[in-house]
Amino acid sequence: MEHPFLFLSKLFELIGLGSFVHHYPHVVYSWFIMLFLIVVGKLSAGAVKMIPSGGQNFFEMVISGIEGFQLSIMGEEGRPFFPLIATLGLYILCCNWIGLIPGMLSPTANINTPLSCALVVFVVTHAVGLKEHGAKYIKHFTGPIWWMVPLMLPIELIGHFSRVLSLTFRLFGNIMGEDLVLAILLFLAGKFLAPVPMMFLAIFTSFVQAFIFSLLTMMYIAGSLEESH
Amino acid sequence: MSKKTFRLTMLSTFFVLGMAPLAFAQVDPTVAASGMKLFAAVVTAAGFGIGIAAFGTGIGQGIAIKGAVEGTARNPEASGKITVTMLIGLAMVESLCIYALVVALILLYAYPMAAPVAKMIGLPL
Repeated sequence: MEHPFLFLSKLFELIGLGSFVHHYPHVVYSWFIMLFLIVVGKLSAGAVKMIPSGGQNFFEMVISGIEGFQLSIMGEEGRPFFPLIATLGLYILCCNWIGLIPGMLSPTANINTPLSCALVVFVVTHAVGLKEHGAKYIKHFTGPIWWMVPLMLPIELIGHFSRVLSLTFRLFGNIMGEDLVLAILLFLAGKFLAPVPMMFLAIFTSFVQAFIFSLLTMMYIAGSLEESH
Repeated sequence: MSKKTFRLTMLSTFFVLGMAPLAFAQVDPTVAASGMKLFAAVVTAAGFGIGIAAFGTGIGQGIAIKGAVEGTARNPEASGKITVTMLIGLAMVESLCIYALVVALILLYAYPMAAPVAKMIGLPL
């Protein structure tokens, strides 16, 4: 498969950082998305009015939607984690959707971006559990019956580490698979606009994957916060 | 396709594939044959792996959708919540197929032992 044409790559080549963007295009595109989210956030929340309109209205809808969903999963004690979950959700959503624009690359199509998000979730889950329960956090891993601990502890530890792998591969596999399908369809039948129906499906699955990532984050953090059996 | 045509197609396919090692003109022919066998085995494994994974995923997701549709038929007012739960369940099951896809892609494009194995059998890689 030949080298794809990427707008930001060309831009970076013009200012002389061509080798950097050649090796790490996903990093450059994630910077672009961070900049985009910060600028859009500043613009829409710049002058907050009592009766919202335009960008503020749209983002109030989005934020209250995420917050309502989170309260139904985590309850009131999960409120401090709302910025993390909403940021993860919006960032991953924008990362997934930007790949559909011709000439742009999804940072999540490279394994490093989903891996970084999953590691953040892993560290937050265990840090929260340790802070909330202290040393008794180990009770989460041991199960209810005391003499089954030698069996339960390794299984639970492997399960917790496999969360990182599953979060990473779910997001990476979906987005890279969708990019691969679009590229192959373009190669096979690009003249007949064959990728366009797949792009509609890709809009939906990208949204679902970002939603699932933040939902699983909520459930893991809620599982760390709750009392062990 | 008639039985005779099918047999002819299969025979000619295997004949052509058998001729492929001759393309490795600059390598030892026995070694090239084993390299070809490795490639054929890898490609077969990738194809069957993702096929079996897709088979299981189809059945699993079908059962999930069946439950969701039956729940909506019994209680149309809860259709919003049921749909959301169904989509979450579908994404969970789909991720298992995605793991198999990632393994198949690793086999095809980034086979981890490719360089050492190629060195062992003498292929230029």
